[in-house]
Amino acid sequence: MSLTVEATKAIRSTLVLWVLVALIYPLLMIVIGQVVFPYQANGSLLKNAQGQVVGSALIGQPFGSDRYFNSRPSTTSYSTADPKKDEAGILKTGVSGASNLAPSNPALLERIQGVTDPDPSKSIEGDLPRLKAAGIQPTADLVYTSGSSLDPHITPAAASAQIARVAKTRRLQPNQLADLIAQNTDGRFLGIFGEPGVNVLKLNLALDALKPAS
Amino acid sequence: MLQGWIQIALTILIVVAITPFLGEYMARVYLGKPTVLDSVLNPLERSLLTLMGVRSRSEMTGWQYARALLFSNLAMSVLLALILFGQGWLPFNPTGLSSPSWDTNLHTIISFITNTNQQHYSGETTYGYFAQFAGLGFMFFVSAGTGLAVGIAFIRGLTGKPLGNFYVDLTQSITRILLPISIVGAIIFMVAGMPETLAGPVVVPTLEDPNISQAIALGPVAHFEIVKELGENGGGFYAINSAHPFENPNGLTNLIEIISMMAIPASLIYTYGAIAENRKQAWLVYGMVMVIFVGFVVITEIGEANGNAAVNALLGSPSPNLEGKEVRFGWAQSALYTVVTTGTMTGAVNSLIDSYMPTGGFVTLSNLFLQIIWGGQGTGTAYLFAYLILAVFATGLMVGRTPEFLGRKIEKREVVLASFLLLLVHPLFVLIPSAITLGFPDQLAGISNPGFHGLGQVVYEYASATANNGSGWEGLADSQPAPTGLWWNLSASVSLLGGRYIPIICLLLLADGMSRKQPVPMTVGTLRTDTVLFTGITAGVVLIMGALTFFPVLALSPIAEAFQLAKGG
Repeated sequence: MSLTVEATKAIRSTLVLWVLVALIYPLLMIVIGQVVFPYQANGSLLKNAQGQVVGSALIGQPFGSDRYFNSRPSTTSYSTADPKKDEAGILKTGVSGASNLAPSNPALLERIQGVTDPDPSKSIEGDLPRLKAAGIQPTADLVYTSGSSLDPHITPAAASAQIARVAKTRRLQPNQLADLIAQNTDGRFLGIFGEPGVNVLKLNLALDALKPAS
Repeated sequence: MLQGWIQIALTILIVVAITPFLGEYMARVYLGKPTVLDSVLNPLERSLLTLMGVRSRSEMTGWQYARALLFSNLAMSVLLALILFGQGWLPFNPTGLSSPSWDTNLHTIISFITNTNQQHYSGETTYGYFAQFAGLGFMFFVSAGTGLAVGIAFIRGLTGKPLGNFYVDLTQSITRILLPISIVGAIIFMVAGMPETLAGPVVVPTLEDPNISQAIALGPVAHFEIVKELGENGGGFYAINSAHPFENPNGLTNLIEIISMMAIPASLIYTYGAIAENRKQAWLVYGMVMVIFVGFVVITEIGEANGNAAVNALLGSPSPNLEGKEVRFGWAQSALYTVVTTGTMTGAVNSLIDSYMPTGGFVTLSNLFLQIIWGGQGTGTAYLFAYLILAVFATGLMVGRTPEFLGRKIEKREVVLASFLLLLVHPLFVLIPSAITLGFPDQLAGISNPGFHGLGQVVYEYASATANNGSGWEGLADSQPAPTGLWWNLSASVSLLGGRYIPIICLLLLADGMSRKQPVPMTVGTLRTDTVLFTGITAGVVLIMGALTFFPVLALSPIAEAFQLAKGG
């Protein structure tokens, strides 16, 4: 077979398959998604009573104060930035990432334990001292950074460990909080596959909707 | 703990249960027998092939098959190049991204046409929606289809049939296997929560501090995700791949992703059995791969479940290693995913391999070195049977009989091609560039984790490129604008091409030669290859020949790191 015949076949098959799998297939799926599953297809967005978007049911947010259940440490702070000082353009595209620290890397232990150094730029607060200062019994998920930096969940144990602190700040009954945690826990698929996780954003939204016990 | 092991066992059982059905179906497709979707697909394929200019379904020789494959892959790469370099002018780019550096584009094109999907870029900040679904998503289908075509041509040749027609095999792999399963899978993924939209990112004020905003990256993810896994591609829509909640939101999607990665390479072994009419041998070989696979899973799982002793001492309780892992997957589903993705040459990740315990480092590296613990799309199965040919030769020499496989003599040409393919190409493209890079650690390597682990980062990157896997120990500074980005883009491209096309040409020539041999009648003196004993010897050949070349790397990186951790840092 001559070179031109071979090349023509290659180019024609490329274009034919391109139209089928790279145009028809994706566009068909986008139409199905938008028409049949608009909630999921648009990012499972959560709205408040005023109809404003407050986040996604699948994406975590940073929580560090004692008014809220705290989320896991994140290398990108959950794809957030100050809109006035976003030189890196994080809010333009959204980001995800991980620490990629090896278990043998001393930086991992330094991040967890913290480092005190006379030079403030070399000091690291450390997740463990931070949790201990807040009176939270540390669990593994609260000191290890997640894979995506957007992990929406903490383990049920990590949520329970924070009940006393949130209850005290908000003057709520601890058993009320335990109920909220149970309501906002995503279970395993069929009770078998995956691990149960407490959705921190949903839990904290529910927390804000609660009235303090009188 | 027990709950984790039950999940793992059930997942593997589901894959085994699917194998005979999908395997039989693929055999019927490639043998041209009637299948369920014929009424729709026969006319569709006829029109597609007419449009392509493939008028006759004439049989090709090994060289013709390889030539058609190379020409088509080149044409596809040119199309992708136009899309990536021109993305600033193309539609569906809501974040207004311009084309990245030329070397990033070059590496991406080569990485995606070779079914590797090694990514030296972050999805959400580098390529717009059109570049992703019309460019990279196109490669998902055609590179997987190319691999399947090679696998099936190899099986045909081995069983004495003509190799077939590349364009017909490529088209049928897409229309009858990849596309129908993808359509169903994409719909399930949408139900489970994956986005599928052309709208740009959503920016919201955060609940705790309204002065800080969060950007939620969206995109047409669901349809992309399913074929990413099914075609053993692995190129994530987002930087962090299947750890991203939109690429893998829950236990259901994670289960489907794991099964999708394993389904085709596992079933293709059965397809061989159906075509060779020797299902017993297929199950024996399947069992051999399964035993090694399960062993790898157990090693990795134990390491992650026991966690990092230094951190556990600080926590005051035994805890799994959750660095780089998501709560919804935990140690069990994370480690299972990791063994599957590195063994099947998918390269997608739901947890970060760089942060795994040394046991995980050992297993993931070993998977890349062996290349057959299910193996790449189509090519993995072909490698597996090439190992069988080597084992026939070795045992034939031991007992002093002429080595035969499926009634055809194994001669010098077969042994040369098989050993070149399995024992020479892989180390050549992994170890030589690794040595060069490690020779200039400051200028070229960009290692992020110090000590023994850092050596593994470099070797892993080339092993992943050469094995066409695509995962990485991602701390490595292998992307622009790091100063080492240019070197990594160019040197990895060489390994990607060498690891893909040289073996493919060897496989096709090997198959071509086998298909032309006169079958010799089986006698009592014939060495049977469908016995437990012979399969056991094959496992020995795989482990000794395949792994020994790389053992020094394993000793110097994960094994040394394990001793370092045991000693307490």
